[in-house]
Amino acid sequence: MYQYDRYDQAIVDARVDEFRDQTSRRLAGDITEDQFKPLRLKNGLYLQLHAYMLRVAIPYGTLNSRQMRMLGHIARTHDRGYGHFTTRQNIQFHWIKLAEAPDILAKLATVEMHCIQTSGESIRNISADQFAGAAADEIADPRPWAELLRQWFTFHAEFSYLPRKFKFALTAADTDRAAIRLHDIGLKLVKNAAGEMGFEVYVGGGMGRTPFVAPLIRDFVPTSQFLTYCEAALRVWNRYGRRDNIHKQRIKILVHDLGAEEFTRQVEAEFAELLKLNMDPPPEELARIARYFIPPPFEQALDDRLDRSDPDFALWVDQNVHTHKQPGYAIATISLKTVGEIPGDISADQIDLVADLAERYSFDELRVTHAQNLVLPHVRKQDLYTIWQTLRDAGLAVATLDLIGDIIACPGLDYCSLANARSIPVAQKIAARFADHERQLELGELKVKISGCINACGHHHAGHIGILGVDRKGTENYQLLLGGSGAEDASLGKITGPGFDEDGVVDAVEKVTDLYKALRTDGERFLDTYRRVGMEPFKEAIYG
Amino acid sequence: MKILTGNDLPTGDVIWWTGFDWSRHVEDAADVGEHGEAILARESGARRVNSAYIIEAEATAEGPRPAHIKDRIRALGPTVRPDLTLKPADPNAGDWVI
Repeated sequence: MYQYDRYDQAIVDARVDEFRDQTSRRLAGDITEDQFKPLRLKNGLYLQLHAYMLRVAIPYGTLNSRQMRMLGHIARTHDRGYGHFTTRQNIQFHWIKLAEAPDILAKLATVEMHCIQTSGESIRNISADQFAGAAADEIADPRPWAELLRQWFTFHAEFSYLPRKFKFALTAADTDRAAIRLHDIGLKLVKNAAGEMGFEVYVGGGMGRTPFVAPLIRDFVPTSQFLTYCEAALRVWNRYGRRDNIHKQRIKILVHDLGAEEFTRQVEAEFAELLKLNMDPPPEELARIARYFIPPPFEQALDDRLDRSDPDFALWVDQNVHTHKQPGYAIATISLKTVGEIPGDISADQIDLVADLAERYSFDELRVTHAQNLVLPHVRKQDLYTIWQTLRDAGLAVATLDLIGDIIACPGLDYCSLANARSIPVAQKIAARFADHERQLELGELKVKISGCINACGHHHAGHIGILGVDRKGTENYQLLLGGSGAEDASLGKITGPGFDEDGVVDAVEKVTDLYKALRTDGERFLDTYRRVGMEPFKEAIYG
Repeated sequence: MKILTGNDLPTGDVIWWTGFDWSRHVEDAADVGEHGEAILARESGARRVNSAYIIEAEATAEGPRPAHIKDRIRALGPTVRPDLTLKPADPNAGDWVI
């Protein structure tokens, strides 16, 4: 994985010093909260319901064990013993003291981590396929380009005052595990007929108050020009984005208002001008970065077979283990969705345990998924059983990946100052209702995603079953959506009808799944059945 | 009744105006009547509170109960982590929120 050079380290260290000075001036009363707030937000420090919250960037969801252990140390020393992995592949700590925040940033800097651009009107953490570099179905590891993007758009002066936040996602596989079409810019690495690599460019996707699936505006931009193309798209938005209306600031609104064709025309015109400036870095710079992403020293000719005699282990393998590009190796997903626990939460002790597993069994590498799980990307198949036993003993061997128990939930009104309703209790009740593993397997792939407000951090628009918490005259109320997808068949869920209370929405989810079982044909996922029969039968089952 | 709440500047802890100081317990909150804005201006200026605001609350035998669920969650702590609330030993503390 990428390692800071002296410039990277100097930039991050300088930012820590700067924030230490800003914090001391705030505590001394030399600056007001109105003056301080934008400064702390530039360092990922929010003021939430119970305390300050610090959001730490995990570029394209990649971590090593040293970084993971530092997160455990912060959880144990500066928070209340746990952290929360987010849908942006980041981690949040919810009980931070302002006076300690500069020390935390200094500690993060020692392991090449920071909180820069995890908040505010900036280009946020670059997200990517969590299986990048390991997936059997990718054409190349997209992370060198993700890292190039990260460096290009960190402290990019022209984009330091954007109309609103901006999110990139990358993948290099046909199976979209990064939800690229629900991002401001989604990039898919492809090969053209000549075998050259380039990117499909999708612009103007997003969730929130006004969700859109991003249209494809370029089916091939050479990798040698992709930064310039992204710069062109950002320039058009930066020029015409609606800074006058908070609900219309994102690039998706501009793309929608102009129309994809006109937006594309403007981007192409800007691109043609920018190409004259020869802005893309020289190939040597990409090559320098790419050297950090060369495959680890895999053992050759390993036995590719697996002893599946332990039935519980076999269940976990079937659900949580994916095919690796290297024979004899596998990709193992560690679920953070134990029934009764909070989706995405992990204790300091569990953080240390996962770090140990990564160091010992996965070439010191870990990934965070946008579905709030963790991944050991490069494990020998012969080590899987030992890994599973260790996870099982730590309560982390939940075998429900992509099943109804694998629920995405934002922190909701239990933690978040923007939320209108609690998300976590709903997730916990659904997980408990469907706790029987056989029942989950019978339902098959079924992605439930819950947000506590319209900002959609819980990706409810992209849930096969989505739930949106709203405030109805001071009472929590939950709208149910069906038919969303963040995958390569991206679509937006539709609201079923009137909302429910907390127990009512759990009952409604059960009615939906019962009807799905009655209507499905062989091999049909829930999403397939919904798309085939439409909303009406489900509405009838829920409200009839 | 009207009560004042905000966050302690260095720690971020949720605090409530008692009439002469700030407390971490909503039971201690005082009815400020029409004087809320003036108190907020004075206390914020002195950095004794951060991001403070006035809320409506109901006077009950146990003390003020904020009108909105968001402030009741602020007052107690996350309903999904009873161990991290201000009343970790009370298994029914969350009932007060809902």
